[in-house]
Amino acid sequence: MTQGALTDPATGGAEARLARPQRRAAWHVARVTEVRPETASAVRLVLDVPTWPGNDAGAHLDVRLTAPDGYQATRSYSVASAGDGTQVVLAVDEVPDGEVSPFLVHDLRPGDQLELHGPLGAFFVWRPGRDTRPVQLIAGGSGVVPLYAMASLHGAASDPTAFRLLYSVRTPQDVFFADELASLSGAATHDGSTLGLDLVWTRRAPDSSPDAVGRLTRQTLAARTIPAADRPLVYVCGPTGFVEAIAGWLQEAGHDAADIRTERFGGTP
Amino acid sequence: MSFITRGFSGHRREPDPQLPPGQTLVHDWPVLSAGPTPRVDTATWELVIRDETGADHRWDWDGLLALGVEDVTVDIHCVTHWSKLGMEWRGVSVDKLFEDVESEHEFVMAHSYGGDTTNVPLEDLLDGKAWIAVEADGEPLTPEHGGPARLLVPHLYFWKSAKWVRGLVMMPDDEPGFWEQNGYHLHGDPWREERYW
Ligand SMILES: Cc1cc2nc3c(=O)[nH]c(=O)nc-3n(C[C@H](O)[C@H](O)[C@H](O)COP(=O)(O)OP(=O)(O)OC[C@H]3O[C@@H](n4cnc5c(N)ncnc54)[C@H](O)[C@@H]3O)c2cc1C
Repeated sequence: MTQGALTDPATGGAEARLARPQRRAAWHVARVTEVRPETASAVRLVLDVPTWPGNDAGAHLDVRLTAPDGYQATRSYSVASAGDGTQVVLAVDEVPDGEVSPFLVHDLRPGDQLELHGPLGAFFVWRPGRDTRPVQLIAGGSGVVPLYAMASLHGAASDPTAFRLLYSVRTPQDVFFADELASLSGAATHDGSTLGLDLVWTRRAPDSSPDAVGRLTRQTLAARTIPAADRPLVYVCGPTGFVEAIAGWLQEAGHDAADIRTERFGGTP
Repeated sequence: MSFITRGFSGHRREPDPQLPPGQTLVHDWPVLSAGPTPRVDTATWELVIRDETGADHRWDWDGLLALGVEDVTVDIHCVTHWSKLGMEWRGVSVDKLFEDVESEHEFVMAHSYGGDTTNVPLEDLLDGKAWIAVEADGEPLTPEHGGPARLLVPHLYFWKSAKWVRGLVMMPDDEPGFWEQNGYHLHGDPWREERYW
């Protein structure tokens, strides 16, 4: 871990990690234009948000629901889309017995309105053309949502940065953005960059897959990610326990803590 | 501008006056941090207060505990919309640390092992409002939750309760720390919903 000296408050100890939000967060009214199954337990929500200022790849927003008696519930969701548009795409996985996600997955219909606050988060984002260091994305389950936003922006921008995604997922029916990820990893952009895609199946693999089924291990992590010697910038997102384990193993494998950015979606560690 | 969300009724029917606006009561303890969890050994741990002369006031682990650890029961409120009520903590009052610190400056930058920073006005840390916490729920603080020691400022959103705290640096003016430069509010009062700027 970093044990650097206490730095001057004016310069701060973390300037390399700072990035000012480019777009100010505000409240917005969204109209649902499309609800479609994304995985066995998740939906994709396509929202039209006329006042949306656009968002960086990796940003999130808050969704606020209001009951007839005024009771409100708010939860954070990553934005799967990126850039300047006013169409915002979310992918929501149902947490059984949850308060908000089952409503979004089962009850929301095209034409419904939702209150949103965002865009939020200026640290867990990737911006094209900023850094030539390779990028390693590591996702567990629905944690792939902000990482997919980064990978698709990387593809759309034909950015030459090397990009690799290691995605831990239960079964082939649970893969978010399966078609999009397949085409990002298949199609070379005009300057030759593609997404390196590695899937780890935790419950059941496709019939064609030679890989063993089981939780992501330290060995698989080391074998299927960009080595620490190449100094990749690493983004890790998923359930809290997943992120804790991966971030610990990455540091033991020689990755600098300052090169690892994490987003924890919840669940007890 | 709020409007009723068609079809939504919600699980929790009783509005709870102890919960600030927009917060949901949880019984587990979620984790919010921007990077990997630093592991800090109490054998090498130290806490520093730096005043405007550049002088450092230092405590090692035993020195901290020797100031006197007290029991506190407080509510905590995270900006990501969860709250825990009546949580039992143990820690050293920040008042004790400041007993021998002479400073004209009214703002503090809290620095963490791992490099995070967050700014807090000195008045939000004194008069029994803040602690250097070493235990929660009857157990030593785990690394995920900021152990071995974190700042505990329960009347502000919980990112102000700097995990893995290692230094408090006096500042003449209020300057944004790491979290604040990344969009979180300069002050962070949950009752006024000072979440983002
Ligand atoms: C920055 C951020 C971005 C997020 N992005 C997404 C996203 O893109 N897609 C998405 O589906 N979710 C995302 N989440 C998780 C989301 O905010 C909610 O926590 C989730 O939808 C559950 O809410 P709920 O109201 O249904 O469950 P709650 O009623 O809040 O919780 C029910 C129970 O489930 C546990 N729990 C809560 N969240 C999780 C979780 N993620 N995994 C396992 N157990 C959990 C709780 O601790 C509780 O015990 C994100 C979270 C954060 C902090």
